[in-house]
Amino acid sequence: MNGASLPTARGRKTILWIVLSMPLLWLAALVIQELRQPNSGLGPEPTEALLHYLGEWSLILVLLAFSVSPLRRRLGWAWLGQHRRFVGLFAFAYVCLHVLVYAGLYAQFQLTEVLDDFVHRPYITAGIGAFIALSLMALTSTRGWRWRLKENWQRLHRLIYVASFLALVHLLWLRKDPGLAEAIYLAIFVVLMVERMFSLWQRRRST
Amino acid sequence: MLIRKKTDIASSEITSESVYKQRRRFLGQSTALIAGAGLGLNAPRSRAGLQEDDDITPERIVTQYNNFYEFGTDKSDPYANAGALTTDPWTVAVSGEAKKTGEFAFEDIVKGLTPEERIYRFRCVEAWSMVVPWMGIPLKNILQQFEPTGDAKYVVFKTLYRPEEMVGQRSFFSSIDWPYVEGLRMDEAYHPLSIMAVGLYGKELPNQNGAPWRLMVPWKYGFKSIKSIVSIHFSKRQPVNTWQALAAHEYGFYANVNPAVDHPRWSQASERRLPSSIFDPNRRPTLPFNGYAEEVADLYRGMDLRKFY
Repeated sequence: MNGASLPTARGRKTILWIVLSMPLLWLAALVIQELRQPNSGLGPEPTEALLHYLGEWSLILVLLAFSVSPLRRRLGWAWLGQHRRFVGLFAFAYVCLHVLVYAGLYAQFQLTEVLDDFVHRPYITAGIGAFIALSLMALTSTRGWRWRLKENWQRLHRLIYVASFLALVHLLWLRKDPGLAEAIYLAIFVVLMVERMFSLWQRRRST
Repeated sequence: MLIRKKTDIASSEITSESVYKQRRRFLGQSTALIAGAGLGLNAPRSRAGLQEDDDITPERIVTQYNNFYEFGTDKSDPYANAGALTTDPWTVAVSGEAKKTGEFAFEDIVKGLTPEERIYRFRCVEAWSMVVPWMGIPLKNILQQFEPTGDAKYVVFKTLYRPEEMVGQRSFFSSIDWPYVEGLRMDEAYHPLSIMAVGLYGKELPNQNGAPWRLMVPWKYGFKSIKSIVSIHFSKRQPVNTWQALAAHEYGFYANVNPAVDHPRWSQASERRLPSSIFDPNRRPTLPFNGYAEEVADLYRGMDLRKFY
């Protein structure tokens, strides 16, 4: 392959933009159809459908953001490594939409409702925990914060383990009978964690 | 073996006998009787036992949004996959504490019994609900044909097990031990509200709704109302129903709709009535016994409903 056919960093970012936006574009089409004719685009429970769609894609993108460094380490995908923050922030955008739909459309902006869920529904507690962890990461994702936090930045961003674990628990706890999709997400998480521990062990041995 | 301890039921959950009888009479008077096999219904719909704002859920939603894990775990799966099911011929095995046991053709069991229209609220354990116009036969009329003996304390139903036609039963990931099993206490089964549904919306029961017949016990969570039944067993002992076997701390034998007893993972205090809109989940408070407390609370007098959930 010659160098000219490889996209530039800017080109790659555009491609990532398009690819990562696809699920949202599809959702937008469904929402438009739903607004035109109730219960057509999103079914008998549009709020639930919207919530679950955004939630599932949030988890997928969070796992994808988690995979960036391992893919760089194991497959030498340095190009993807350059876009780690971008992928992470994209995932966070999905998470924010998911949380917004929950707080606004589902809980109808009733703070008492959200607090009640937080206390009484363990899967919501886990979900809100994942949201807080991801928020901290998103807020400190800028260069300025990276510089200010120095070595603590790396430590803080290990919250990705906590966030993806809580997001998985959030999904598994709300399912009555988890199926294939849940098994795949769980397997990806386990592989990523094992890779992480393995690379830590490798690093420790080489020093 | 469970040892039952009798404790007092809250006085609010007990209904005076006069109100109970009055309600029953009303229900009896207004159920539409349909001639023939339950097809081509044109009788006016009664609203007995329904609340003012209980609008009948559109047929498209009742028949396309189902939990029937034999055909997949997504609520759109049964509609997509249940077409593969053969319901004719349909044989039902009757066994246990009864005088007439053996294999019966479905047609022979329902022959001579007239389906009635019953519009019932339907409350899923997942906290959504519908209002469905069923066509059904009182369960008592069906069970009495088999002359259960005094030893029959429970009736146990099983769904068809036929993986070649039921894609969910072939699933590697399902933790359900097929076939699906459900049961009722005999007095629950003989209650006038308990029916075997053979149709809905005046038509034959679609496969995804449990063809050719399914139980319908409106004061219990939907999972009690077992579909596509091929086995009726009269038992001395309380059976372990499928969801109880899967997660006994979450799903009990009784599964009476009860806003005061939460599912360990979510609240049962309210429900989402279908269909809802994108801007409003259409939540409403859940009623004790799904609104049928006046008719059925007596069945559980003295039982601790927190313990027997």
